Amino acid sequence: MPAAKPIQRGVVTDMAVANKKMKWYPGFREITLACFFILYAPLIIVMIYSFNASQSITIWGGFSLQWYEEVFFGIEAEKFKKATINSLIIAIMAAVVSTVIATAAALAMVRGKAFKGKSLTFGLINLPLMVPEIVTAVATLIFFSVIGFDRGVLSILLAHIVFCIPFAYLPISARLQGISSIYEQAGRDLYATPGQTFLLILFPLMVPGILSGFLLAFIISLDDFIITNFVKGAGVETLPTAIFGAVKQGIKPNIMAISTLMLTVSIVLVSISYLISRIGRQN
Amino acid sequence: MAGMASPKGNKAEASIVDGRLGILLLPSWVVIGILLVIPVLIMFVYSFLTQDFRGGVIWTFTLEAYDQFFIDRGLFGDEPAQLEWTYILIFWRSFLQAFFAMIFCLLIGFPTAYFMATSPPKSRSFLLFLVTIPYWVNLLIRTVSMKFLIRDTGPINEWLMAFGMIDEPIRMINTAFAVQLGLFYSYLPFMVLPIYASIERYNFVLSEAAADLYTGRWTTLFKVLIPTVKPGIIAGCILVFIPSLGAFLAPDLLGGAKNFMIGSLVEEQFKGQAGDWPFGAAVSMILLTIIMIVLLFYARSQTNSAGRGH
Repeated sequence: MPAAKPIQRGVVTDMAVANKKMKWYPGFREITLACFFILYAPLIIVMIYSFNASQSITIWGGFSLQWYEEVFFGIEAEKFKKATINSLIIAIMAAVVSTVIATAAALAMVRGKAFKGKSLTFGLINLPLMVPEIVTAVATLIFFSVIGFDRGVLSILLAHIVFCIPFAYLPISARLQGISSIYEQAGRDLYATPGQTFLLILFPLMVPGILSGFLLAFIISLDDFIITNFVKGAGVETLPTAIFGAVKQGIKPNIMAISTLMLTVSIVLVSISYLISRIGRQN
Repeated sequence: MAGMASPKGNKAEASIVDGRLGILLLPSWVVIGILLVIPVLIMFVYSFLTQDFRGGVIWTFTLEAYDQFFIDRGLFGDEPAQLEWTYILIFWRSFLQAFFAMIFCLLIGFPTAYFMATSPPKSRSFLLFLVTIPYWVNLLIRTVSMKFLIRDTGPINEWLMAFGMIDEPIRMINTAFAVQLGLFYSYLPFMVLPIYASIERYNFVLSEAAADLYTGRWTTLFKVLIPTVKPGIIAGCILVFIPSLGAFLAPDLLGGAKNFMIGSLVEEQFKGQAGDWPFGAAVSMILLTIIMIVLLFYARSQTNSAGRGH
């Protein structure tokens, strides 16, 4: 795509207009608008209603923060606080471990020579993306039960590390592919050890990829419901399983407030990851 | 990309990972091997075990779980064996719903991806960002938002009644329609992103050439552009179809008890009333087999089109 741009810029205006006309299809703009409307309308409506003063969750009774107050100080506050702490501990640990594993794997896969079983390894790293979540959930539950592993925060963490690996791997390996090996070779030519070359030359260049891999793994872990629901023990909740349990008893306004908070966290994290990768590309 | 400084085949060029591949790859092999590959193998074995009514299994091998899935022997097991339709129908219905979710996502997703990829670079990256956000937002929260929206007393019904367009709420929640809508809504970004990526790489010189030869707009789209970006379209279809087939949240939260899908059937064996682990394992194995077959066809179509390209 970048190669085509200079030519387009040099072209006379009426050709550019013809070009634009050629690319245009009736209705595509409207469908795009509809698509964005469908994607965002439910989220925006929930956000708006989370500030509703009325007891009824559908009739608008003016602006209020009472449901947020209930989330933080209400009867269920303790339950949600515990679940949030669990979620955060699991997400941070899972993201750290899976990012380290994915970085090592990306170095070997991108910088290493071809070896026997390379495509098999690639398949293995991406396997968690291909197996449906519900199947992974069942298999992991049975596994923990067969080996007699206690179900709790640790079992959730182990399960999360597995499916976070491919999500961390993708941006890291993409970033590494974009770094020319000239830099490492220069380092090696100047008698740096492989360890020094990695730490002083390659790693700083890889940081944007590693950060966005970490953030994506963090979001994926924070969001997971299905696998967590299977491998969590009785009484151990993460935020999504606590929300699911509450929704099963009916949607109360405080659920909308929690949803809005979680939406905000996701949006902020995705935006940061997006900005990091953009800065990384500019450098 | 790598090694562009030196000619190919230069053996002197050393990489910093030489001789360390094993150590670097060991963690991923061990973690995914022990926590995913072995569990799936154990699940396979489990599907041949006998159900223990206290909620576990007895280690006696039997085909009971698969027998229960495919064969109906009457309530007391003494009638002549017939094909059992209950579970096959759940699979068939899930298959149809996943298929229609894929079609609807394609019908909306393709024009959107096309429009995004052909807009000016600045608005392009903003639009891409807008599609990426729902992709990463918690699926549970998105499904709950949809449930909130379409409930009998939800905003849609309230507004329609307030404007006098309907007298009583339209029943949307707990219907097959709601599940279909939920699947479509859940996986729409999964369709847009890969198609967008392939249209962005598409060289519009091809379309210009077609237009210069007086090919019509739609013919150019269907005979030139779509065949070229087909890998992206197929990837989008796979990314919508597979999670839809095993979906749990949309049928559970939007479909209620009547609109069972495979995911709900599996969940019920482990978390719900049924408590039949071997049967749940067997259902999961059947689902996994179907999906592996779909992925094999996908891999073959990818290698075929790659072979034709060169």
